[in-house]
Amino acid sequence: MTRTVRFVMFAVAGGAVAAMLLLGVLDLPHFGSSLHPYRDAAVPAAVAHATSNVISSVNFDLRGLDTLGEETIFLTSVIGVAALLRPAEDEDERTPPRGGRLLDMTRLFGYVFLPVTLAIGFITVAHGALTPGGGFQGGVVLGTGIHLLYVAGSYHAIEKVRPVEVLEYGESIGAAAFACFGIAGALVAASFLGNILPLGTFGELFSSGSVLYLSCAVGVEVASGVIVLLAQFLHQAIEVESDVEAANA
Amino acid sequence: MTYYAYIVAVFVLLTGVFGIVRSRNLIHTVVCLSVAQSGTYVLLLAVGYQRGVSPPVFGSPPVKPSTSVTDPLVQALTLTDIVVSATVTALLLAIAVQVHKRHGTVDPNELVALEG
Amino acid sequence: MVTFDHGVALLPPIAIAVPIVVASLLLAMGRRLPRVVVDATAFACAVAEVVMLAIVLQRAAEGRVVTWSANWNPKNGYSVGIVLVSDELGSGIALLAASLVVLALVYSWRYFDDVDAHYHCLVLLFLAGMVGFALTGDLFDMFVFFELMGAAAYALTGFKIEDRTAVQGALNFGVVNSLGAYIALMGVGLLYARVGNLTLPQLGEALAHHRPDALLVAAFVAVMTGLLVKAAMAPFHFWLADAHAVAPTPICVLFSGVMVPLGIYGAFRVYWVVFSRVFPVGDIRRTFVVMGVLTALIGAVMCLAQRHFKRLLAYSTIAHVGLFLVAAGCLSDSGTAGAALYIAGHAGVKCALFLLAGTMLNRYGSVDELDLFGRGTDARVTRWLFVIAGLALAGLPPFGTGLGKAVSEEAASHAGYGWSPLLFVAVSAATGAAVLRATGRVYFGLGDQPPARLQHEQTSGSEEKPEVKGLLGRVRVTMLVPILVLLGGALALGLLPGAHAAAESAAAAFTDPSAYATEALTGRAAPAIPVLHVGNWTWSGVLLDLLSAALAVGGAAVALYAARLGRLRQIANGGRPMLQGLRRVHSGLVTDYVAWLMTGVATLGGLVGLPLR
Repeated sequence: MTRTVRFVMFAVAGGAVAAMLLLGVLDLPHFGSSLHPYRDAAVPAAVAHATSNVISSVNFDLRGLDTLGEETIFLTSVIGVAALLRPAEDEDERTPPRGGRLLDMTRLFGYVFLPVTLAIGFITVAHGALTPGGGFQGGVVLGTGIHLLYVAGSYHAIEKVRPVEVLEYGESIGAAAFACFGIAGALVAASFLGNILPLGTFGELFSSGSVLYLSCAVGVEVASGVIVLLAQFLHQAIEVESDVEAANA
Repeated sequence: MTYYAYIVAVFVLLTGVFGIVRSRNLIHTVVCLSVAQSGTYVLLLAVGYQRGVSPPVFGSPPVKPSTSVTDPLVQALTLTDIVVSATVTALLLAIAVQVHKRHGTVDPNELVALEG
Repeated sequence: MVTFDHGVALLPPIAIAVPIVVASLLLAMGRRLPRVVVDATAFACAVAEVVMLAIVLQRAAEGRVVTWSANWNPKNGYSVGIVLVSDELGSGIALLAASLVVLALVYSWRYFDDVDAHYHCLVLLFLAGMVGFALTGDLFDMFVFFELMGAAAYALTGFKIEDRTAVQGALNFGVVNSLGAYIALMGVGLLYARVGNLTLPQLGEALAHHRPDALLVAAFVAVMTGLLVKAAMAPFHFWLADAHAVAPTPICVLFSGVMVPLGIYGAFRVYWVVFSRVFPVGDIRRTFVVMGVLTALIGAVMCLAQRHFKRLLAYSTIAHVGLFLVAAGCLSDSGTAGAALYIAGHAGVKCALFLLAGTMLNRYGSVDELDLFGRGTDARVTRWLFVIAGLALAGLPPFGTGLGKAVSEEAASHAGYGWSPLLFVAVSAATGAAVLRATGRVYFGLGDQPPARLQHEQTSGSEEKPEVKGLLGRVRVTMLVPILVLLGGALALGLLPGAHAAAESAAAAFTDPSAYATEALTGRAAPAIPVLHVGNWTWSGVLLDLLSAALAVGGAAVALYAARLGRLRQIANGGRPMLQGLRRVHSGLVTDYVAWLMTGVATLGGLVGLPLR
């Protein structure tokens, strides 16, 4: 189809879809209404399991099976990217070029904010059951935070700090820990992903039972996974070149 | 307006799809797909909102728990969706890298290997 | 009798978690272990899945197996947790998925000789996604496992990264399927706002007998879009031909055999449990039948026009999806039973054909029917397997495809579509004829030497790269055994005396939303609705099946010798511009596919919403 024909087709179809969705949306309860039956049931359930972050309770306790699926999707995509970005038959690795200019301000920013970011990441993961955040959020902060070494440093600097094989173990351990907890719960207490660990006191660091444990497992998995994922892209961009390019260089 | 947030959600979804249809660069296509999903985040969060209440996090040391909070489920769903979107984006970008290498172009309209 | 929350009821979530654990282990240890150990571990995991799901299926035949995850059992019909409801059809399709993964892993023993365990991890994670999707009773959980299937599938489709068709196919697959899922999410949000919960039984009970207003129309169309994109209903079907043509052969087996039917399963599961008591039955029936006929016709025509054998098989899957939609879209017990039998038989036959295509690729380096003219005349065994599979695809009795076709035709006629046997015969004969024509050219050297040059809008099959190092001299045993098992399974389905009765009782449970809700929300057994009519082999069904097979052979002969029949050449030339047009529509461009996707959503919205004004 030419661009124009495609545009006309989209305009007509999109208009019809917009009309259908807008008519549907106008039948929704008013924005900001107070009718939320799930919330009315979920908050007491979370409090009963000593979890003061109700969202983490929904994620890891009430609807833990969804989160198992979600962290598995993350694992799958890291493996998928590793498979898709592997060096092809007609490609080879080269040593990454050294040198390049870096502003002093950037370097200073990196030195100052690298430890701050990593600390924020750890705290977000560890306090997943108490304050906004949790394994996913903290894991992403950790995983991307360490790349300040790349942005404010060099590719060689970050290569030294992130051993990809160890991090692949981290990913696997995180994912397996989550799923094994579910299986163990099913075999021991007839409750798959149930909150069977000791609950602790509402509002303290070691509370909420399994929510804290699962949040940390996910944090380990996501942090390792994000670093491995970015490592694949960086490797592909910096170190992999085709045999043709190598011949021309 | 009582429906403004919902209308914005539908608009963002359709804008993302429009971007894909008119796209000339695969990176742009993948980002537009992400934009289309952002429309669903807006819808979910708007559905769970209640005027004048606090978020469903009681903190440490904890405040007194009550059910006058916004809906925690839609926030958990949005978190799940963001993870899904990020993973799909990563996979599609990796595919885009390989498409560039094998077809020599990132224009989705110039990929002619599969026709008929 | 309902199994609620202990004993066997713990198997469904364990069946989802086990492949994830094994995949994590293989990821960590894969590089250190010899290839044989990796193959064996993945195989053992898949076999364990088959055993677990067989136990669940056997218990499900006596009553649904209900598991509330983390034991958030409902109080007064309301729960905050996620439920897994394994009834016969759900656990049956999960068992089919696990069995096909076993066979695919056997076929890919020592395949891809030079890669570490990523392939096996992705296959196991794909299995976890399929099992989760089939067994879950929660709408958002369905979406999550749908995306898990998708993530693994996109990576597996593009696995042969040196192949430019593979990466394009993976791109088209990824963008279109993800967009469908995101549109479905809008529908999930709308339903949640209306009902306040996400589990299918609670949604169904809350919406039962409500007037279908604009919100419910929008939600229904949006959720169906996501599921029907996966099912490759027209005009959402464009991605399927691209993805199936380029994915590694064992993965095509999983796609055509169970992933695409899971889309149909999901669509009808959501319809029956959530929406069947809301919308007028006639409107929805008309929607599914119209779209099913369109899908079947497009699939059949494009199938005949292919020279790339795997693309030919992909279009035949689309054609059969159209037939499944017509059968299940009759919205009756017998229609659902017919669709279930047909899907199971089709899985056996289509998967065998894909594996046979893999042997073609790995022995001759190409899957192009015209380029390989006469090359396969030395293949003693495989060529007859191709012939048997082609006839079975057309519905030759006593294969399971024939049984499914017969039951579906009867159900569709009962539902008032008296022309449906004509459609079923024509479409299945067309797909069988295409396979037999290709077999005749490649393996028997029949017909006239075709012109070698590639027409403008055609995809050549000679760009595919073989999947093993170097070309094979003979077909390996690990490739032959799964083919025989699959064809044998399809034959057994048609011959087993209990198959149609089992399908009928499974369909009766599938189409009973109030029993589903009662058993999921209270654990009390609901009274089973008695099965009124058991679809079976009938004389008319057998005769129509034989007619299909005969037409397939005849059609193949006509196609092979068309040049000699002058009048036929004139007729063919008359239809050529339309065929060129249809081919050009299947452009391989993801931007076109997304425009068609929006057209499809608008069409569904019109078919469902306009009669209600």
